[in-house]
Amino acid sequence: MRIRALVRRIVLQLVRDKRTLALLFIAPLLILTLMHFLFTSNGVPSKIGIEGLSSEMVERLEKLEIDVVSFQETSDIEDTIIDNELDGYLVSEGETLSLTVENTDPSRSNLLQAKIQQAISSGPSELVESGFKTNYIYGSEHTSFFDVLSPILVGFFVFFFVFLISGIGLLRERMTGTLERLLSTPIRRWEIVVGYLIGYGLFAIIQTIIVVVYAVNVLDMVLVGSIWHVLVTNVLIALVALSLGILLSSFAASEFQMIQFIPLVIVPQVFFTGIIPIAGMPEWLQIFSKVMPISYGANALKSIMYKGTGLSEVLTDLLVLIGFATVFIALNIVALKKYREI
Amino acid sequence: MSVLHVNNVSKSYGKHQILCNVQFSAQQGQIVGLIGPSGSGKTTIIKIVMGMDHPSAGNVEVLQKQVPDLRLLKQIGYMAQSDALYQDLTGYENLTFFASMFLMSKKEQQERISYVVNLVQLESAIKKRVATYSGGMKRRLSLAVALIQNPPLLILDEPTVGIDPELRKSIWQELTRLKNEEQKTIIVTTHVMDEAEKCDDLVMIREGRVITTGSPQKLKDDYQVTTLEEVFLKAGGEAHAHQSIS
Ligand SMILES: Nc1ncnc2c1ncn2[C@@H]1O[C@H](COP(=O)(O)OP(=O)(O)OP(=O)(O)O)[C@@H](O)[C@H]1O
Ligand SMILES: [Mg+2]
Repeated sequence: MRIRALVRRIVLQLVRDKRTLALLFIAPLLILTLMHFLFTSNGVPSKIGIEGLSSEMVERLEKLEIDVVSFQETSDIEDTIIDNELDGYLVSEGETLSLTVENTDPSRSNLLQAKIQQAISSGPSELVESGFKTNYIYGSEHTSFFDVLSPILVGFFVFFFVFLISGIGLLRERMTGTLERLLSTPIRRWEIVVGYLIGYGLFAIIQTIIVVVYAVNVLDMVLVGSIWHVLVTNVLIALVALSLGILLSSFAASEFQMIQFIPLVIVPQVFFTGIIPIAGMPEWLQIFSKVMPISYGANALKSIMYKGTGLSEVLTDLLVLIGFATVFIALNIVALKKYREI
Repeated sequence: MSVLHVNNVSKSYGKHQILCNVQFSAQQGQIVGLIGPSGSGKTTIIKIVMGMDHPSAGNVEVLQKQVPDLRLLKQIGYMAQSDALYQDLTGYENLTFFASMFLMSKKEQQERISYVVNLVQLESAIKKRVATYSGGMKRRLSLAVALIQNPPLLILDEPTVGIDPELRKSIWQELTRLKNEEQKTIIVTTHVMDEAEKCDDLVMIREGRVITTGSPQKLKDDYQVTTLEEVFLKAGGEAHAHQSIS
């Protein structure tokens, strides 16, 4: 009952705050769109050579806007790719498919791989199981910088905006004295925390849905896995952001100080999302990545969106996120003791 | 019946001693005024009584319960010195929100809201956002919030600051009525001496110490003066002298 009143109030306040709503719902879309144009190769469909593929497979590839050029047996795949300015060359060797990519533009190679993965996924199941292997003319799979960018971006924006808005929400309540006033009523500390989680959680869920649907449908972000799994993961990311945001707001005395947490809390997380390969970092830094909530969320999103895994494969990541949220929520309830001991 | 007992309360922030052995009590059906200059520690006392601040020494008992106690919070109507209202909600929504915190039924909420709104004369503005209110209107809404759950004890920190004389008079009339007819106990802090005159009991505070207590008349008689201002100056001076000797 008290929680319901609290949730109602938070919703009412946010709905009336049009600017914050815009920040929550529109800003991520704008930035995602910008990133999309910055990092996806200029719209030219991938062009690949194929050898010995079934006509259904060719059809599926063409549906995904891949230009397909058929070749008879080639002696040198590399030369064929370079001479014909292809992005890749796909050969059927009995059961398995083998892809050779040119790979001067890793993001393009990755897009191509993801599309082929998608084409395979929609085909007969024995193909799905055997998958395909990739050879690189230039570099290797590790050269890519932005290969995993898009799923990470989705998770990151959800985290960032929810963190900021929930943090400032509770902060404003502290600064105007209404939190203290609220704690002079018989409401329990956990009821306040739960009310906040639900109130802002509702907006976080709406935001997540908007961002994911937009990214997948409008920006054509590669999504091999299920959109529901993406949503579940993002909701967990939002929950961590929410509980961390309201927790850190108790260490800020003003909105400005809340903003100061961004370089401290948010920026380091970006480095550990997997944009920079974590495996290549010094060991002590790798340990650091273990305490970054976003690294787990990004990892789960990468698996789901790129590799098409289900929730069970990313269960550990999800459980860690739940763990983070639980700890932050408990700390929040304790932190409110500052205003009232009981 | 004693409703409030402040026992030897001291409070320090770091090395700063803000309160020193503060002791007073309030009986049911009494208006007790805490008066003292700015920075003397009135708000600190009130926060300790509310359980929002922890005394460094001593203890507080309210309605036979030791502070802090969650059950007490329903019994105390609190009005903070600075208005703590949700600016982007209307006055009515503020009142409904706080009423919900006391788990009132819908019907009870409606009755109490119309009573308190009428009391502070905010009928015409109650559906407007608090952000559009004047200072005095916010003060009145804060008072309405403090009264919403019909508590037996009211703790009001400078309730009439920024309120015009006419409304101030009617608020004091209502406080007196609440005291007389409903046997409510009211603790107020104030700077204004003519408000102090209306209290049954005064606790004069200076630099965190209680310099004297008693009814306005008794204090004036004791110090052989005609106004409370003089009492305050005289008592304060003595306390100072006493302090410098000891
Ligand atoms: N959180 C705090 N930390 C340090 N000092 C504090 C704190 N809160 C109050 N004080 C100090 O305690 C003293 C008493 O403050 P308090 O607010 O109780 O005064 P007051 O009597 O209510 O004054 P006013 O009439 O201006 O409201 C002041 O000197 C103030 O600086
Ligand atoms: Mg004060």
